[in-house]
Amino acid sequence: MVMERISAELVECDVHTDELLINMGPQHPSTHGVLRLVLRTDGELILDVIPHIGYLHRSAEKLGESLAARQWLPYTDRLDYLASMNMNLGWSLVVEKLLGLEVTPRAACVRVMVAELNRIASHLVAAGCYGLDLGSFTPYMYAFREREKILDLFEAACGARLTYSYIVPGGVTADLPNGWLDRCAAFLDQFDPTIDDLHAVLTSNDIFIRRTAGVGVLDMKTAIDYGCTGPVLRGSGVDWDLRRDGEPWYARMYEGYAFDVIAPVHGHYRNEAAYPAAPRAAVVGDCWHRFFVRMIEVVQSMAIIRQAMDRYRGTDASMGQPIKATQKLPRGEAYLETEAPKGQMGFMVIGNDTKTPHRVRARSSCFCNLSVAPELCRGGLVADVPAVIGSLDLVLGEIDR
Amino acid sequence: MTTFLLQWLNPPWLAYALAALVHCGLLLALVVGSVAVCNWAERKIAGRVQDRLGPARVGGRFGWLQSPADGLKLLCKEDLIPADADSLLFRFAPYISLGASFAAFVAIPLSNDWVAQRLDAAAFFVLAVAGLEVFGVILGGYASGSKWSLFGAMREAAQVVSYEVPLGLCVLVPVMVAGTMNLVKIGNMQEGWFTNWLIFHDPFTFITFWVYLTCAVASVNRAPFDLAEAESELVAGFLTEYSGFRWSAFFMAEYGSMLAVSFLAAILFFGGWNGPVPIARWFGLMQENGPLAGYLGNLLGLANMLAKGSLGIVVMMWIRWTLPRLRIDQVLTTCLKYCIPLAAATFVGAMAWTFVARGGLNAGNDDATTRPGVATGGVQGEVAMTKSQ
Repeated sequence: MVMERISAELVECDVHTDELLINMGPQHPSTHGVLRLVLRTDGELILDVIPHIGYLHRSAEKLGESLAARQWLPYTDRLDYLASMNMNLGWSLVVEKLLGLEVTPRAACVRVMVAELNRIASHLVAAGCYGLDLGSFTPYMYAFREREKILDLFEAACGARLTYSYIVPGGVTADLPNGWLDRCAAFLDQFDPTIDDLHAVLTSNDIFIRRTAGVGVLDMKTAIDYGCTGPVLRGSGVDWDLRRDGEPWYARMYEGYAFDVIAPVHGHYRNEAAYPAAPRAAVVGDCWHRFFVRMIEVVQSMAIIRQAMDRYRGTDASMGQPIKATQKLPRGEAYLETEAPKGQMGFMVIGNDTKTPHRVRARSSCFCNLSVAPELCRGGLVADVPAVIGSLDLVLGEIDR
Repeated sequence: MTTFLLQWLNPPWLAYALAALVHCGLLLALVVGSVAVCNWAERKIAGRVQDRLGPARVGGRFGWLQSPADGLKLLCKEDLIPADADSLLFRFAPYISLGASFAAFVAIPLSNDWVAQRLDAAAFFVLAVAGLEVFGVILGGYASGSKWSLFGAMREAAQVVSYEVPLGLCVLVPVMVAGTMNLVKIGNMQEGWFTNWLIFHDPFTFITFWVYLTCAVASVNRAPFDLAEAESELVAGFLTEYSGFRWSAFFMAEYGSMLAVSFLAAILFFGGWNGPVPIARWFGLMQENGPLAGYLGNLLGLANMLAKGSLGIVVMMWIRWTLPRLRIDQVLTTCLKYCIPLAAATFVGAMAWTFVARGGLNAGNDDATTRPGVATGGVQGEVAMTKSQ
C-alpha cells in the first residue's frame, strides 16, 4: 500500500464536517410554547434557522365571523394569553371605533390601569423566562412571584387570573371592587424595590451580559423592514410607542399621563442615570437592550398606573354600558393598532349591518418579530438561539391565532 | 476485621473476600447516602434561594423522604431504549460514569488513615479515575441516537480538554508544596490551627484554590458549566434519552463527583480532617494515646471532613441556582485562556515561594531528611526550618 504524503494545509481543507439539520421544537423547553425551529448547524455554528408555525392554530379569526363582537372577546383572551387585558383592549377599541362608541372617563382609567398592570405581568414573564433560557432558574421564580400578585389584583377585579374578558366594547364588565386601589398601590410600593433583584441576577450579572450583549444585533433598518414592533423595535433605538404616537382613538386614552418611551436612541435612554448603566459590550439592538427596554418599561408602567389611580379617584362613578351580544355592527370597516406588551397588536373588523362581523382580522406583533429571528440567529452558536428567541418575547397563541 | 474473620473462616480467601465486601458496602453506603442527602439538600437550597419552601411534606417534616421517594419512582419507570440507540453502549454508559465517580472514593481518606486503599499517588489516582467519568457522558450522548444527545456529548468532549489541564495544575500546586501525592500525608501535615491549611500557606495556593473551584465546578458539569446538559438549549443534552435507573445512575455519578472534588479540595486546601482549631490534640484524641483515643479523634476528623465536603457542595448548589449558563466558547475561553495561565503562574509562584521559604539553594544539602511530608515536618517543620536559617 502506497502512503501518500499530504500537506497539512490540504488536510485542514479536506476535513469537512457535514451540516446537521436539527429540529428544535415544537416540544422544546425554550421555544415558549409550540414554536418549531429547524436549525441548520455546522457543529455549534448556526447556518440557518427556519421557523415553522401553526401548531397552535385555532381558527380564531374565522370563528369571529360567526360570533357577535361581544362574543368574540373571549377569543382575544387566548391570543396573547400573557397579556389578555391588552388583547381585550385592542378588540374593544376597534369595535368602539366602528360603532363610534365613547367610554366614560372612569372606564378609560380602569382600562389604563389594568392594561399597564398586564404589561408589567407580561414583561415579568418575559424577563423570568429569559433567565430560564439562559440557564438561570431563580429570576423566573422572582418574576412569577410578583406576577402572581398582579393576577390576584385581576382576580379581584374580574374573577379570572388568565383569560379576563374584562375590557369589553363599551367599557369594562364591572367597576373595580372596594379597596382595590389600595391593594394596587400597596402592590406597586412593594414591587418597586424587587425590580432591583431582577437587575442584580440578570441585567447586571456578568455572565448574563456576556450571553446577551452584542448577541443577535438587530439594526434599526432591519427592524423597520421586517415590521418589528414593541420592545423589539425600541431595543433597536427607534423612539416609537403607540401610546404616544398611535392613532388618536387609542392614544387619547393615554393623554395627560407622563411617561417616557423607552428606547436607546443613539445609544442613550431618557433619564438613563436612574437605571443601571448599559454594559460596554452592549450594542444597540442586541438581546441585552431588548431585555433592558422591557425592564424599564415596567417602571414606566408603574408610573402610569399611579397617575391613573389618582385620576380614577377624581372621576364620577359612571361606568357606561358594555355592548350586548345582539349589537349590530354597521356597514363599514375599522382597523386599529394598540401598543400591546409584545408589540403593536392590530385588530380589524368589517361590519355589514348584522350581529356578526363580515371579517375579523388580528395583526400579530409576534409574527413579525419572529420573522426576523433567522436574521439574528445566523452565524451565532446553538446557545444563542434561545437567547435570541427569548429576547423577542414570542407568544405562539398570538402568532398562530 | 480481616483478622477476626480469618479465625472463623477456613479458606482464607473467603475471609478476605468477605471483609472486602463489607468494606465496599460501607464505602458505598457513605457515598450513596451522601448522594441522597445532597439531592434533598439541593431541593431545599434551590427552594430557599428561590423564595419558596422546597419539599416540605414527603415523609412528614422537611420532606426528608423526598430522595427515597424519587429513587423509587425512577426504579418503577419504564425501561426505555430508543430505536436508533446503540443498545449495548447506551446501557453501558451510565455505569462507566457511576463506576468512575464512585471509584475515586477508594483513594480519598475520610479521616486520618481511614482510607479504603493507601496509595502513595492518591491525588493522581483520584484525578485519573474521576476523569474517566466523562467517557460515560460522551458515550451515552453518542449512543443515544439523538442529535441533541450528540450535541451534549460533543460539548462534553470540548469541555473536558479545557478544564482537565488547569484542574491537574491546580492539584499539582498543593502536591508540590507538600512534596507528596499521598493524601493522608498531605492531610496530616496541615494539622494544628487553620493557619496551617495549605490555602493559607502562601498567596499562590490561595489563588490556586479559586482556580481549582472554577475547574472543579466545570469538571462535575454543574452550572454555570452544565453545557452538556443545558436544559434550555439541548433539551437535556446527553441525558435526553435516558430515564429510569440509567438516568439516576448518571445523576448519582454527578453528585458522587461533586462530593469527590469537594473532599479533594478539603484535603488539598482546607486541612482535610483537621478542624480549624486543634480540638483533637487538646483532648488528647490522638493515635499515640491508644487505639480508643485515636478512634474518637478519627471520628471527629470524619465529621470535619463531611462538614467541609458538604460546604463545598452547598457552594456549588448556591452557584448553580444563582448564575446563568455560559456559552461553549466562553467556557473554553475561561478554562484555556484564564485558568491555565493562572494555574501555571501560581504553580511557578508556589514553587518559588517554597524554595525561598526553605532557604533557597543552601537548604539543598539536608533536604532529603527534612522535606515536609517525607519526614514529620509538614508546614510547621518548614516554618521551624525557616527560623533556623
